Amino acid sequence: MISKSFNLYKLLPWVVTCILLSPVLAIFFSAFSTDESGSFQHLIDTVLSTYISNSLLVIVYVVLLSILFALPCAWFVACCEFPTREKLQWMLMLPLAMPPYIIAIVYTDLLDFAGPVQLTIRALFDWQPSDYYFPEVRTLFGASVILALSLFPYLYLLLRGAFLTQSAGLFHAARTLGVPPLRAFWRVSIPLSRSAMAVGVSLIAMETLGDFATVNYFAVHTLTTAIYDTWLELGSLTTAAKISSLMLLAIVILISLESYSRRKQQVYQRNGSGNTELRFVLTGWQKWGVLAFTWSLLAFSLFIPIATLLYYAVNYFNASLNNDLMQYTLNSLWLAFLVAILSILVALLVNFYQRLSPGLGAKSSIRLSSLGYAVPGTVVAIGVLIPLTSIDLWLNDVLLGLDLKPVGLLLSGSLVILVLGYLVRFSAIAVGSIDSNLVQVSPSLDFASRTLGNGPVKTLWRVNIPLIRKGMLTAFILVFIESMKELPAALLLRPFNFETLATYVYQFVSDEMIELAALPALMIIGLGLVPFIVVNRLLEKKT
Amino acid sequence: MSIKKSLTVLLAGTSALASSMSFAAEEVNVYSYRQPFLIEPMMKEFTAETGVKVNILFAKKGLIERIKREGKLSTADLMLTSDFSRLTMFTEEGLAQPVDSDILNKNIPSQFHGAEKQWYALTSRARNIYSSVERVGPAPTITYQDLATPAFKGKVCMRSGKHPYNVSLLASIIAHEGEAKAKTWLEGLKANLARKPQGNDRAQVKAVKEGLCDYALTNSYYLGKMLNDPKQVAWAESVHINFPNQATTGTHVNVSGIALTKYAPNKNNAIKLMEFLSGDVAQQMYAEINYEYPVKEDVQPSKLVASWGKFKADDIKLSDIAAQHQAAIKLLDEVKFDL
Repeated sequence: MISKSFNLYKLLPWVVTCILLSPVLAIFFSAFSTDESGSFQHLIDTVLSTYISNSLLVIVYVVLLSILFALPCAWFVACCEFPTREKLQWMLMLPLAMPPYIIAIVYTDLLDFAGPVQLTIRALFDWQPSDYYFPEVRTLFGASVILALSLFPYLYLLLRGAFLTQSAGLFHAARTLGVPPLRAFWRVSIPLSRSAMAVGVSLIAMETLGDFATVNYFAVHTLTTAIYDTWLELGSLTTAAKISSLMLLAIVILISLESYSRRKQQVYQRNGSGNTELRFVLTGWQKWGVLAFTWSLLAFSLFIPIATLLYYAVNYFNASLNNDLMQYTLNSLWLAFLVAILSILVALLVNFYQRLSPGLGAKSSIRLSSLGYAVPGTVVAIGVLIPLTSIDLWLNDVLLGLDLKPVGLLLSGSLVILVLGYLVRFSAIAVGSIDSNLVQVSPSLDFASRTLGNGPVKTLWRVNIPLIRKGMLTAFILVFIESMKELPAALLLRPFNFETLATYVYQFVSDEMIELAALPALMIIGLGLVPFIVVNRLLEKKT
Repeated sequence: MSIKKSLTVLLAGTSALASSMSFAAEEVNVYSYRQPFLIEPMMKEFTAETGVKVNILFAKKGLIERIKREGKLSTADLMLTSDFSRLTMFTEEGLAQPVDSDILNKNIPSQFHGAEKQWYALTSRARNIYSSVERVGPAPTITYQDLATPAFKGKVCMRSGKHPYNVSLLASIIAHEGEAKAKTWLEGLKANLARKPQGNDRAQVKAVKEGLCDYALTNSYYLGKMLNDPKQVAWAESVHINFPNQATTGTHVNVSGIALTKYAPNKNNAIKLMEFLSGDVAQQMYAEINYEYPVKEDVQPSKLVASWGKFKADDIKLSDIAAQHQAAIKLLDEVKFDL
């Protein structure tokens, strides 16, 4: 009995991995078909080097900015005591609910040459356009700031979790030994949170690499631009696939390097939640500095965009109110819910596979199932279309051959394809956040359970899952919110008469009509915030 | 047992999802590169007249790829585009089928047909140069070529060169003057830009109003849209609309158009919709609501559009321009126009 289920545990993760990987493979194989258009050579001769350096720069900036935003916040909130700390610890996660393309449209609207900020400056000082310097919003750095503002909570979330579960004892032991706080932070807290840092940074890097809407909005051209140009304008899927494959390769190398460098580290702690009474109480300038830093970060990532959207939503309320808005909302909600549940199942499968039979195979299944995250949404969309339309065409031929009624586009013409597309993109988030939780659960607990006669499945169910409940809830929220925001795959894969809030917003955003996009955009944000707050309250109560 | 059970659940789930896309009997399915709110009024009118329901799937990118993948199983009947390069790409991929309809032939002049009637244009729009009322005044003799001359240094605003409207303008210049001259022009234009290409067409007009640049390269119908919006009317009033190249080749004109898909499951309804969109009612709506130029010759443009005056349009064949589409994209990369 045990051996039978054990085999299933080996087989099932690979089945799931293969399904999730099939779109990426489809793209990868297209890269090797012959291409007579010469567009790859053309790209190399002209803009490819600029695109590559732009992509790298955006990633570096976004990662650095995210660390700059997230690391101090996480540590302040987890290890220090200051006014509003309890509010901040969950509010700092909320910017995740902001779609970056919405923050982008808000800030370009505000800070653009013809936007209210510069208009006010000119009116106030009676200046002409050439009389003053104002940083250009639509630059590579501007795009990086916007992306970092909406992505830093990933890192914050993971780091805060790491700091909280690190036994405060270690930090205080260092302090007792005479190490100053900052140094102790640097020498003890940071190394202990390295796995969280690694997962967070790679999530952010992948999300950045896959972004098109934001960078495109800022007139910054990256490798994603090259993919779209070669594929949709020059009609060469091969070249587009080549570039995608290069991007994937870069990601794989990056992730492997990181986990290789971490191979000898094993960090287990039995001490679950940090000793809260040992927090540093901040006073004086330290207190004010921390307050200014954290709250202004929230202002830029959350309050200012929401206030701007509210202003437009109120002013254009009648024009933007639409009878179908309710339907779009429901569509977004249940789709996000379904995808979140499914991706947790995927994550549990591959993570437990690794725990039960660690080794290269399990590790690859984790890495491979996460690859889709780094692929731009539209590319994922086509990647999903290739296998599913092939299955549909084959299925219909078979049915016709058997004199049965053909079923049409059973998979690719229905929501199945949309759900799969989302899963390909977002399981990485669930896999990552459950992984970083699971590695902190000491294997000695497993051994104890097994010694007491429990099988591997029962051990997972009774021992491990309860311990990673927090990671599962986090994974749920993150995937739910990502699915609420998801745009390019939804746009291309949705069936007729099916709109999500994001696709509905997009028809206005694509024409920079912020006034009509505001109301549905606020709904995306609002609906993302609700489960956040609810789940967070649940978590706070239980710990 | 558990595998069997989970398979059953999976299958049930799949068919539940699939059934959510079942259609009513009388309908027509449209893949659209045009935004739904621009075409919804005409579609509503069509449904009111015929009882045929119109399903629209809008995306800005990738619809041609999707239809290609779906092959003979595709449920799409019509492809609606906002420029002709996509129309020609669609037909060249072998995804369209010819339509021979007396009504279409009568309503749409032949220069607006695809070579084998595989697509039809529904509206046309001019690529205008707007000039600042305050700093320049009307510029009736201006040409696209002027924008690349040293006198215009730092005075020109435009959106991304890769936007279909700009690509087809560049393609038309390649078609007229050859690639070498077009490249020189493009380099001159890039050197004259007040800022890196960015934003949409409206944003360029806004930039003129704010004094960032004196000239903007923009489509005709945006002016109508802005004049009609109380909050944007001030931008629109800060510019003159000019029709370039009146003394030479004529103003570049792009079209929005429609094509019947190869495997259209609702072919009759689809042709009905094509015919309706070419008819008086829909053409009038395009003119009045969207400020586009109707292709049907006896339908007048809206009063506002008519007040901008008649103009000489570039009469080069659309297919000649479309033939230069890829060359135009590559040229934009070569001079790093957007970078």
